[in-house]
Amino acid sequence: MATGMLLCDSLTKVYGDSKGKKALDSVSLGVTSHGIFSLIGMNGAGKTTLVRILATQLTPTDGRASVDGLDVIADARKIRERIACIPQEARTIPWMTPKQTVLSYLLWRGVSYGEASRKASEALAKVGLEKQENLLNRRLSGGTKRKVLVATVLSSDADIIFLDEPTTGLDPISRQELWTSLTGLAEHRFLILTTHYLEEAERLANVVGILHLGKLVGLGTLDQLRSTLKYQYSLMITSETDLPAVREGLVTRSRAGQTQVLTNESEAHEISLSLLEKGAKFAMSRVSLEDIFFHLVHGSSQEDSE
Amino acid sequence: MRAWGREVLASVLVNSIYEMKNYPVVLLNTVLAPLSFLIVITFVSKGQLIGEAIEGGFIMSMFQSGMSLQGDLSHLKNDFKLQDMVVSSPTTPGAYVTGMALAEIIYSIPALAVLTVLAAIYIHPGALESLELLGVFLLMFLGSVAMGFTLSTFSSDIVQSFAFSRLISTLFSTLPPVYYPITYIPLPFRYAAYLSPTTYAAEIAQNATGLIQLSATDIIFGWTILVAVSLFLFLIAVKKARWRDP
Repeated sequence: MATGMLLCDSLTKVYGDSKGKKALDSVSLGVTSHGIFSLIGMNGAGKTTLVRILATQLTPTDGRASVDGLDVIADARKIRERIACIPQEARTIPWMTPKQTVLSYLLWRGVSYGEASRKASEALAKVGLEKQENLLNRRLSGGTKRKVLVATVLSSDADIIFLDEPTTGLDPISRQELWTSLTGLAEHRFLILTTHYLEEAERLANVVGILHLGKLVGLGTLDQLRSTLKYQYSLMITSETDLPAVREGLVTRSRAGQTQVLTNESEAHEISLSLLEKGAKFAMSRVSLEDIFFHLVHGSSQEDSE
Repeated sequence: MRAWGREVLASVLVNSIYEMKNYPVVLLNTVLAPLSFLIVITFVSKGQLIGEAIEGGFIMSMFQSGMSLQGDLSHLKNDFKLQDMVVSSPTTPGAYVTGMALAEIIYSIPALAVLTVLAAIYIHPGALESLELLGVFLLMFLGSVAMGFTLSTFSSDIVQSFAFSRLISTLFSTLPPVYYPITYIPLPFRYAAYLSPTTYAAEIAQNATGLIQLSATDIIFGWTILVAVSLFLFLIAVKKARWRDP
C-alpha cells in the first residue's frame, strides 16, 4: 500500500441499484502532496463517489481508504474534525444571507457565536463579498453564490477541503475569480478538487488523478503524467497548411480547423522549421493535460473493449 | 456540551429563525392549518366540540411539526446538499436533528400560542391535566420527529418527499378522530381509527380534561400504545436512518 495524505487501497464501490456495475473499481492511490489534488474524468467516471467516500459521506463496498492516516470508516469522527466539503450541486439556501450561511456552518463546527460572526465576515471579505454579506442569497449571481460556499469552507479551521465540481456552470470571469479564491485557499490547506474542466486542473493542481469508468488510469504531476506518453510535444497546425511528412509522431485529430501532431522534441523542431519556411500558422507546445487525458482515457477504453 | 449546543443552534437558525426573519409569510401557513380545522369543527358542532377541537389542534400542530421535519430535511439534503456538508463536519446526527426538530416547534409557536390562549379560555386545565396534555403532545412530536428524520434520510426527491409528508399528516392527524370524539364516527371505522396513535392521543387528552370518560384500563392501554409507538419510531431512527450513505 502506498503512503500519503490520501490513501486508497483496492477501493471499490457498487451502488445497490446499479446491477453490479462498479462506480469505483479497485482504485489504489497515494497522494502525498499539499496544495491542490485534482480528480478529472468524464461523467460517471467515479470522481464524486471517490470524494464522497474520502469525505466520510459514503460507505465503500470493498477496500480501504484513509485521510492523513485516519481510516474513513473507523476514524470518521476524527476525520470530520479536520475536513470540510462542498458537495457537487451544493447550493446556497435562498432565504439566508451569505453571512448567515457562513455563520451557521461555523456553529455546526462548534465555533462560538461571536467568533463565528467575526470569522464569517472575514471569510466573506477574503472572497470579495463584504458588501453583499447581508443580501439574501437568492439575489446573488451564480458565481457569487459559489463564492459564498467557498467562504464557508475558507472560514473553517479544516485543513483538508473537498470541492466537488465547484466551478461547473460558471461564466469564464466568475470561474477565474473562483480560481483566485481556491489558489489562496490552497496556500495553507490541502484541496481535493474534482472538475470537468481540464484547463482548470492543469492550471490549479499540483497532482492530477484521472478516473475512467471507475478505474484510476493516471496519477501524478503534469510532468509525471506527460512522461507516460510516448510523445511529449504537440503541434497545432491550421488545416489549410500542407502537412509535412510525419515520420515518428502521430497525427491525432482535427479540431476546429486545426490538425494536431503529437511527436518527440526533435521531430517537433523539424516540422516547425519546415512550417516556418512555408510561412504556415502553427503553435508548438508540450503536450497538455487535455492530450494526456484523451490518450489515457482512449487507451483505457480500448483496453476495456479488447 | 457547548459545541453540541452550538450545533443545535445552527440547525435552529437555518431551519426556522432565518427563514421566519427573512420570509415572515411562512408563519401564516403553520397557524392556519391547525386553526382552520378547529374553526370548522367548532362551527359545525355549534360550539359543543370546541374543547375537543382545541386539543385536536394541539395534536395536529405537534404531529405536523414532526412531519414537516421530513419535508424540510429532504429539501435541505437534496436541493442544497446541506446534509452532506454537515456530515463532513464534526456535527453529530443527534445535534443536527435536535436542532431541526426544535426549529419546527419554533415555527409552530404562533399556532401553539393561539391554542394555549383558547385552551385557557374554554378548557381550563389544571396543573396535573396540563402536564398530562403536555406529555401526550410531546410523545406525538417525538414520534413524528423520529419518523420524519428516518424518512428524510431515504428520500432522494423533494416532490416525492413533500407528498409523503402530506400523506402521513393526513393519515394520522386529519382522518382519525383527533378533533372530535371517536363516538362521532360509525362503528366499523372506529377499528381503523385505532390503528393511528393520534386516536389514542386525542382520547387521553379528551379524558384528561373531562370531555370523555375512559376506564383506567383504556387510559393505561392508550399510554402504552403512545409510548411504544414513539419508542419504536425512535429505535428505527437510531438503527435505520442514513447519516452516511450506505
